[in-house]
Amino acid sequence: MYSRRLELSVGAFVLLGALCLAFLALEVSGLTQTGDTGSYRLSARFDNVAGLTTRAKVSAAGVTVGRVVGIRYDDTTAGAIVDMEISQDFAQFSEDTSASILTAGLLGEKYIGLLTGGDPSNLKDGDVIYDTQSAIVLEELIGKFLLNMSSDK
Amino acid sequence: MMNWIAGVGRSTLSQLSDLGRATLILMQAIFGRSNVGVHWRLTIDQIHVVGVLSLSIIIVSGLFIGMVLGLQGYTILTDYGSEQALGQMVALSLTRELGPVVTALLFAGRAGSALTAEIGLMKATEQLASLEMIGVDPLRRVVAPRFWAGVISLPILSLIFVSVGCLGGALVGVSWLGVDSGSFWANMQASVDFSDDVFNGMIKSVVFAVVVTWIAVYQGYDLVPTSEGIARATTKTVVYSSLAVLGLDFFLTAVMFGEV
Amino acid sequence: MKRNQSIVTTEAFVEIRDVVFRRDQRVIYDGLTASVPRGKITAIVGPSGTGKTTLLRLIGGQLKPEAGDVCVDGLSVQSLKRAALFDLRKRMGMLFQSGALFAELSVFENVAFPLRVHTNLDDDLIRLVVLMKLEAVGLRGAVDLMPSELSGGMQRRVALARAIALDPEMIMYDEPFVGQDPIGLGVLLSLVKQLNQALGLTSLVVSHDLQETLSIADHVIMIANNRVAFQGSPDVMQASDDPLVQQFLHGSPDGPVRFHFPAPSLEDSVS
Repeated sequence: MYSRRLELSVGAFVLLGALCLAFLALEVSGLTQTGDTGSYRLSARFDNVAGLTTRAKVSAAGVTVGRVVGIRYDDTTAGAIVDMEISQDFAQFSEDTSASILTAGLLGEKYIGLLTGGDPSNLKDGDVIYDTQSAIVLEELIGKFLLNMSSDK
Repeated sequence: MMNWIAGVGRSTLSQLSDLGRATLILMQAIFGRSNVGVHWRLTIDQIHVVGVLSLSIIIVSGLFIGMVLGLQGYTILTDYGSEQALGQMVALSLTRELGPVVTALLFAGRAGSALTAEIGLMKATEQLASLEMIGVDPLRRVVAPRFWAGVISLPILSLIFVSVGCLGGALVGVSWLGVDSGSFWANMQASVDFSDDVFNGMIKSVVFAVVVTWIAVYQGYDLVPTSEGIARATTKTVVYSSLAVLGLDFFLTAVMFGEV
Repeated sequence: MKRNQSIVTTEAFVEIRDVVFRRDQRVIYDGLTASVPRGKITAIVGPSGTGKTTLLRLIGGQLKPEAGDVCVDGLSVQSLKRAALFDLRKRMGMLFQSGALFAELSVFENVAFPLRVHTNLDDDLIRLVVLMKLEAVGLRGAVDLMPSELSGGMQRRVALARAIALDPEMIMYDEPFVGQDPIGLGVLLSLVKQLNQALGLTSLVVSHDLQETLSIADHVIMIANNRVAFQGSPDVMQASDDPLVQQFLHGSPDGPVRFHFPAPSLEDSVS
């Protein structure tokens, strides 16, 4: 029947669209089910966060465990406070965990690496990490390098 | 000089009254009383015409654009030794810009002009007047299903275009040029964000769908019912839609991605 | 301007009073008054470009007059709300010049269309009605064809079947005889006459095929120079000594209707 064939083709068309949406979600944007298990919030205080943006990933041992959700300047400590949302799946970060701003590759994007310590008690929602290593600012590095060169002479 | 100013005024007024008429037609088509069952069937028929029949051009174009992006991106990125970012480049260009924009342009040329010509022909052969005399509102019966079909079809076509494009980029980048498959996809997944990129791209696509289909049905409904009028209106549909899509794209990009 | 309104004997189905209508800047009607008697065949004749088709559109409510009043069966068309207007249109059928069949629907579906839209008849009953209407125009055999497979005359007959599908009280024919061979013309003429008699329809025929139209008409309205130039029975029209009517009846190239399109004098244009 003509109209039946037409319905089938439209149905297949819409399904193809849904399939493509799924492909874009899973394969292209790597959307995984977060939020199902909930998340908790940690903050970290850095001297310098140059180059870090919101939505940057937070990783531990190379595994993505959360995202940066906010960066603000802290008047009292004259540093930057970075708010992170960490998936509830990874709730085992000890109190003495350290955070550092790392770069993916030489020119890649900045992300935060967490390195858990040995303290038996774990970080909870709202805790702040003070043991941090700031972003490497390329200009400062080059400046130091040039200074060393000239002092060597 | 006065004549020139008067000319500007006249053309502004006529543009405004065009816009007003187009808005009225759209509003009446969308919000008029209707028989949902019948019009849903008609809309499905039209999705077949404007959506399914545009599939081949969308898939072929998507594939080639993805492949070109792969090729161009590779030659540029090798200069910086960062071929692994190819996936990221291909996917971001497609989801944010090329997918919605190129699909809308192709849609305007393939389906928009056909819509204008079809409605225009119905007007020229008095089919619209005849519907009115039978007591059926042609805006509800003819224009509304075509409008909805366009609004539904274009975002779907855009999704298909982006997907095929990413696969095309992968085909060239990974299979032919030897970028590592793992880093290609991983980089893509790490940099493409679903709500920022894919979803925003879809929003663009929906906006383009409304504008292109609106222009197409209005030009068809309002044209001078002669063969010359139909030819002129068809051209207008493609030109106006393309300009509207490109202009709106800039505006939407500024709003969506302007401040990171 | 001479007007003859003495022959309106039966009750009028359509009353047109002092209608003024303009398209863009061009005046089409300037104080047009006419009436269409119920149950008769009324011919609307006149030179090309006098807006005969426009009159049908005014009656159908597709156009609205600037001033004046168009009444169909006592209802003032231009002041009707949309819904009421659409209800009124169910009582009128209209046959367009080109037939205006829906190109993507078969002959059957074309005739069934008004029934499907406006009635809740089940499929068997619709089939029965459609076949009856097609039988009436002699095209029952073409029920499964597409409009594009029919000749122009047959398309018009299918359109006629569609126009009478809802059993209207009035049917309007817009140039039904244009471009017909003598046989097709004869068929359409007798159809118009038969339908009028068999169904008691009020028929309104717009045409400039004068002799053919007058042969079946009971009443003639002649439009020229933006108003009604003559109104009455065909016999009275033949006998009229109005120069305009005589020019039209005999097809004289020049007369009250000018051969020359209005223009400044030749000397002025050339110098």
